[in-house]
Amino acid sequence: MKHIAIGILGAAAFGFMASAAAADTLSDVKAKGFIQCGVNTGLAGFSAPNDKGEWKGIDVDFCRAVAAAVFGDGSKVKFTGLSAKDRFTALQSGEIDILSRNTTWTINRDTALGLNFAGVTYYDGQGFMINSKKLPGVNSALQLSGAAICVQSGTTTELNLADYFKANKMEYNPVVFEKFEEANAAYDSGRCDAYTTDQSGLYAVRLQMASPNDHVVLPEIISKEPLGPAVRQGDDKWYHIVKWTYFALLDAEEAGVTQANVDEMKNSDNPDIKRLLGTEAETKIGTDLGVSNDWVVNIVKAVGNYGEIFERNVGQGSPLKIARGINALWTKGGLQYGMPIR
Amino acid sequence: MSQEVIREAAPARASLLYDPRVRGIVFQVVLVVLLVLGVWWIVDNTIENLSRSHIATGFGFLKGRAGFDISNHLIDYSSDSSYGRALVVGMLNTAIVAIAGIVSATVIGFLVGIGRLSNNWLIRKLATVYIEVFRNIPPLLVILFWYQGVLALLPNVRDSVGLPFGSFLNNRGFYFPRFVWGDRAWLVVAGLAAGLVLSWYVARRARARQMATGQQFPVFLTSVALIVGMPLLGFALAGFPLSIEFPQKGTFNLTGGVNVKPEFLSLYLALSFYTAAFIAEIVRAGIVGVPKGQTEAYSALGLRSGQGLRLVVIPQAMRIIIPPLTSQYLNLTKNSSLAVAIGYPDLYAVGGTILNQTGQAIEVVVIFMVVYLGISIVTSLFMNWFNTKMALKER
Repeated sequence: MKHIAIGILGAAAFGFMASAAAADTLSDVKAKGFIQCGVNTGLAGFSAPNDKGEWKGIDVDFCRAVAAAVFGDGSKVKFTGLSAKDRFTALQSGEIDILSRNTTWTINRDTALGLNFAGVTYYDGQGFMINSKKLPGVNSALQLSGAAICVQSGTTTELNLADYFKANKMEYNPVVFEKFEEANAAYDSGRCDAYTTDQSGLYAVRLQMASPNDHVVLPEIISKEPLGPAVRQGDDKWYHIVKWTYFALLDAEEAGVTQANVDEMKNSDNPDIKRLLGTEAETKIGTDLGVSNDWVVNIVKAVGNYGEIFERNVGQGSPLKIARGINALWTKGGLQYGMPIR
Repeated sequence: MSQEVIREAAPARASLLYDPRVRGIVFQVVLVVLLVLGVWWIVDNTIENLSRSHIATGFGFLKGRAGFDISNHLIDYSSDSSYGRALVVGMLNTAIVAIAGIVSATVIGFLVGIGRLSNNWLIRKLATVYIEVFRNIPPLLVILFWYQGVLALLPNVRDSVGLPFGSFLNNRGFYFPRFVWGDRAWLVVAGLAAGLVLSWYVARRARARQMATGQQFPVFLTSVALIVGMPLLGFALAGFPLSIEFPQKGTFNLTGGVNVKPEFLSLYLALSFYTAAFIAEIVRAGIVGVPKGQTEAYSALGLRSGQGLRLVVIPQAMRIIIPPLTSQYLNLTKNSSLAVAIGYPDLYAVGGTILNQTGQAIEVVVIFMVVYLGISIVTSLFMNWFNTKMALKER
């Protein structure tokens, strides 16, 4: 009797040991039928729910693009709103499949946090915003010595802020909040003299203030903030799907494939476009990646190309009206460069 | 005797399976083995999965440069300090708000608790309303009420409210003058120490004399005179080495003086007021819990009501009050982690930032648990010691 009990115990112990986290995200995603995507809780232009409760923004559209590539349907994605502090734990623990939350690509995050960044969906830089009504004389960040500055905790922003003031031998008083909304509210109520985050974020926050015209974004850009989607390390197949979804968006823009003309483009004779849209005879590009051969068609039908996503969410088609700038394609003097699909 | 014979004889005949002693040991061994296996499985699985997903492990990260600034720091800290030091800063911030909160919650709690038993209708009802309001609101809401409902509505820096003694109140907090001590200021501290020692000695002698001769001595007044007088004497001897630094208007904020930030103020006020409501009920229960016979007994002995309260009722009430009071102190300490909602850099907020910058979730959470457990155990030990001291001594 005792022997049996110990036998069962031993078996149970070894049974436990075998259960380690599975590392095949693509199969998991296909089995559950949707992608779980971690996004910002509310940053206009990047990811914020609109008045109908639908998520909108560049980061949101990127996840939709991946869903379109995997399922042929851009709506098969569920969103998890995350604070800056929770985001990496959520990805590491497998709660989400993609982290697409205006996250800066740094070496530490690649090497020590077990992340893989798939690309840069938005090249950003950190800036400062002040209320020009309350501080009429200030027109440079170098005049901010002694100021109270609102910042979100656990971000590269917080670190750049410390470095910038140290490098310029200035004093400041950090007021640190965990949530974006809390930091916004504190700045709006006058708890801080200045607000710092990525410049695109400042333009978005400015629109949420009681009187946007009083607020001025100072000219200084104090850091490089390449923002992009990240996945867990150790799953190359999934990483490739996310990475090439990003390149496909850029290549589609470069080839002139848009949401409106994608069906027409399928009849094109241009070999580049045929490869991109999977209309080449006997093509294996899509299936080798682990998706269907018309994956780029699905992506563009769901969300459009990169340029369309940009203009719709943060560019001229949005209240933010941010210029393409360094986020233009490499052919137009920007940094966005899609690797060749062949 | 006969029973023992039967018990010893029984196992020889029956199977080991039915021996209660053997069974007991077997079950305990099985439980321990299961527990060890369970813990081992969790640890092994965690380490295996962490290394598989290429996440750095270990406590080595504590020596790394923090790189971020913390606004409230009791010890020297800059962005060049280590993560370990940042954690200590956070821990001290937690400790200071917990200690300050415990002191004021106790004072408010005792006042309101006694107020609930007052013969004055207005005081009694006010105390009841206070308790019912604060006891029935979640502590996070109380914190946000103070932060966004009270302190954020104060005027801007440029329109600071001037208060007596050169202090100011605005939406950046409370500013008051700082005492800057000059040379030989240690004489004041020495005077205070001498005053304390002398008054302790006087109290002891007076007690001994009262025991021996029955004569009383005005111990309280003498002690006050000694404790106030001796430091003043030291102050005069040192040649008044004190200057006062007043808060001045700078470019953005008031500079100089001491600034108590609104994050600390709202957390401190919220924790004090919230916990005080519970303490008030505990105090009331403690006083009501002393049998009425005790009051009648001290009256019969000829003690006045003040003396009776102090010498008979309170000591007995304390025995009822202290154990639940300890729980409230622990609750207050743990509730201080709600600071994260308003940006007060306590242990939880600072640790969370470190967790995010380094990605060392498990290590940081272990540190959280160890520190909160440590603070709580120290509080418990102190209160248990105090409880033993106050407990009924049978002579």
